[in-house]
Amino acid sequence: MSVENKSSAALQALASILVSAMIGIAIYGAFIWAPNEKTMGFLQRIFYFHAASGQVMILAFSIVFIGNVCYLLRRKPEWDWLATSAVEVGLVFNTISLVTGPIWAKPAWGIWWDWDARLTSTFVLWILYIAYLLLRRLIENPERRAVVSSVFGVFAFLDVPLVYFSIWWWRTQHPPPLIFKPGGLSPEMLKVFMFTMASLSALMVIMIWQRYKLESLRHTVEELKIEAEYRNDGGAR
Amino acid sequence: MNSHAKSVGLTRATASVFAKELRVEFRSFEILTSTIIFALIVVFVFSFAFNPSAADSRRFGAGFIWIALLFASALMLQPSFTRERTNDTIAALVLAPIDPFAIIAGKLFANFFFLVLVELVLLPAFSVLYNVPLLGIIGPLSGVMLLGTFGIATVGTVFAAISSQARMRELLLPLLLLPALVPLLIACTGATMGLLAESPELPISWLAVMACFDLVFFTAAWLFGGYLLEE
Amino acid sequence: MSASASTTAAESGLSISFANVEKRYGSHVALRRLSLTIAPGEFVALVGANGSGKTTLLRIAALLSRPTSGKITFANAVQNSAALTPAEIKLRIGMVGHFTMLYDELSAEENLRFFANLYGLNDPQRIAAEALAPAGLASRAKSLVRTFSRGMRQRLAIAHAMLAEPSILLLDEPAAGLDREGAAWLASTLSALRKIGATVIMSSHGQSEALTLATRAIAMRDGTLIEDSGPSGSKSNNDARAIIEREAAPIAGIWDSAQ
Repeated sequence: MSVENKSSAALQALASILVSAMIGIAIYGAFIWAPNEKTMGFLQRIFYFHAASGQVMILAFSIVFIGNVCYLLRRKPEWDWLATSAVEVGLVFNTISLVTGPIWAKPAWGIWWDWDARLTSTFVLWILYIAYLLLRRLIENPERRAVVSSVFGVFAFLDVPLVYFSIWWWRTQHPPPLIFKPGGLSPEMLKVFMFTMASLSALMVIMIWQRYKLESLRHTVEELKIEAEYRNDGGAR
Repeated sequence: MNSHAKSVGLTRATASVFAKELRVEFRSFEILTSTIIFALIVVFVFSFAFNPSAADSRRFGAGFIWIALLFASALMLQPSFTRERTNDTIAALVLAPIDPFAIIAGKLFANFFFLVLVELVLLPAFSVLYNVPLLGIIGPLSGVMLLGTFGIATVGTVFAAISSQARMRELLLPLLLLPALVPLLIACTGATMGLLAESPELPISWLAVMACFDLVFFTAAWLFGGYLLEE
Repeated sequence: MSASASTTAAESGLSISFANVEKRYGSHVALRRLSLTIAPGEFVALVGANGSGKTTLLRIAALLSRPTSGKITFANAVQNSAALTPAEIKLRIGMVGHFTMLYDELSAEENLRFFANLYGLNDPQRIAAEALAPAGLASRAKSLVRTFSRGMRQRLAIAHAMLAEPSILLLDEPAAGLDREGAAWLASTLSALRKIGATVIMSSHGQSEALTLATRAIAMRDGTLIEDSGPSGSKSNNDARAIIEREAAPIAGIWDSAQ
C-alpha cells in the first residue's frame, strides 16, 4: 500500500514552487519595489510582513477553533490533526509578528515596545497557544489529549477578541491602521500589502497541509502496529 | 425496581454537588485556610517589594488585590478535581443520572463561594495594611469583586478540570489560567482603580467587559465542559 | 421485595450489547474488539487475571468510559430499543468499582444522602438510614468514612450501589476486603436481586461465595474474551461453574452450600 501517490506528490511540489515564488515576489515587492515611506525609513518595509503575519496568525487560529469544535462534536481524529497542525503554524506566524513588531516599532516610534493593543494581545495569544501545545504534550492518551485540548482551544479562541478589546480599551497608543484609511497607504503600498497577505496565507496553507500529513502518517503507523498485534494474537482467541 | 429513582434536573443536581463541596471543605478547612494565608502573604510582600506611599496604594492597590487573588486561585482551584481522584469519587459523580455540567457547575459555584470568603478577609486586611478606606465604596466594590470573582471561578474551574488530566498539573494550571484571564484582570483592576481613586467613579464600561467575559465563558463551560469528565 | 417488583424488573429490564468494542489507552489495548450480549436477568461471572480487561469492560458498561471504537447499546425488550438517554440508563445502574467511590471527609450517612439526592430519591435521609442497617453500619452512620476499616468501606460501597434499587448491577471485585459476615451479606443481597430479575455482572479474580449464583461465566485474558458459557436461558449453571473453577482462584468449600 503506497502512502503517497505520484499525482499528490506532484501537486505538492507544484504548490511549494508556487508559494516560494509568491514569497520571493512579496519580498521583492516589500523591500525594493514599494515606495519609501516618508518618515520611517527603510526598516518600515518590514511592516508588510508584520501586519500580514498578524492576519495570517488569526486565520490559522480560526482554523484551530474550527478543528476543535468539529472534533468535539464529531470525534473524528482528522479534526484534531487539523487543529494541532494549525496551532503550530499559527504560532510560527505569531512569532514572526512578535519579532517583526519591535523591529518596525523602533525606527518608527523610537521604542521597542509600547504596550499597545495589537502587539500586546499578540503576545498574550502567543503565551496562550504555547500553553495549548504544552497541554497536549502533558497528556499521553491520544483521545483524552484531543478532547481536553479541544476544550481548551475553544476557550482560548473565545478569549481572543476579549483580550484584544480589553487591552485596546486600556491603551490607545498604536497608530490608527493606515491601511484602510484614505490617504494612509499609497496604491503601490496597498498592492504590496495585499500580495504579501496572499503569499503568506498560501504559505500557511502549505505548512498546515504538510503538518497534517505528518499527523496522518503517525496515526497510520499506530494503526498498523495495533493491527500487527491483533494478528499475532490471533491464536489466543 | 426503580420505582423511586428519577432523573434529577440540572438545578437540583448542581445544588447537591455545591452542598457536597462545601460540606467536604468545611470538615477540614484545608483549602480555605491555606488560600487565605497565601493571599495575605502576597499582599504583605507587595509592601516590601514596592514600598508604596498612600497615593501609590490608591493607584496600585487594585493591582495588588487582583494579583493576589489570581495567584491564590491558581493554587486553590486545582484540588476541586484532584481531590476526587483519591477514591475515584469522580466516577461516582459521572455514574449518577445527572447532566455532567451539574458537576462542573456545582464546583464552579463552590469555588466562587470560597474565593468570596477569601476576599472577605483579603479586603479588610488590604484596607488596614495600606490605609486605603474601603467602606465608602463598599457597594460598587462588592459588585466589581463578585463579577470578577465569578469569571475567575468559571474559567478556573474548567481549566482545573483540564489540567487534572495532564501531568505537572500544579504548574500547568497557572500557565493556562493567567493568560486566559488577562481581559478579566485588566477590567477588574480598571474598575477597582476607578473606585479607589480620590474621587471614586464606577466605570460602567469595565463592568460590561466583565459581564461579557463571565457570560461568554459560562456559556462555553455549559456547552463544552461536560466533555472533560469523560474517560 | 414483592411480586410486583419482579414484574417491573422484567418489563424494564435492559439488555446490554457490546458490538466490536475496543478500548485503547494510547498504544495499550485494554479491550480487544469484544462482542457480547447480556440479556436482562442474567448473572454473569466475569473471571480472569488482573489486567485482563474486566475493569475496563465494567466501566464501559457503566457508561463511565467511552469505547475507542465499537458501540455499546442498551435495549429495552418491551419497548423495542427505544432511544434511551444516558441519564435514563444510568438511573438503572448501580456499581461497585475498583475504588470505593466514597468521600472520606463525609460520614457514611452523608455519603449515602448525597448520592440519594443525585438519584432523585425522595427522603434521602430515611433512605440512607435504611441502607446502612442491613450493611451492618447503622452504628457508624455518623462516623467519617476516613475512620472506617477496609471491610466497612467496601460494605458502604455496596450499599451505595444498591441505593437506587438498580436493575443492572456492575460489581468489580465486590468481595475484596469483606470478612465472612460481609461476604455472606453480599451473597444474600445478590441472591435476592437475582430472584427479582436484576442483571448482574460481577468480576472476580478469585472464587467467592457470590460467584456461585452465576448463571453465566465469561473468562478474559489480555483484553480478549476467551470463554463464554453462553446466554443463560433455562440452562443450569454447570457450564458457568466449570469456567469459574477453571479460571478463578479457588476457595475451599464455596460450592458445597451453593443453591
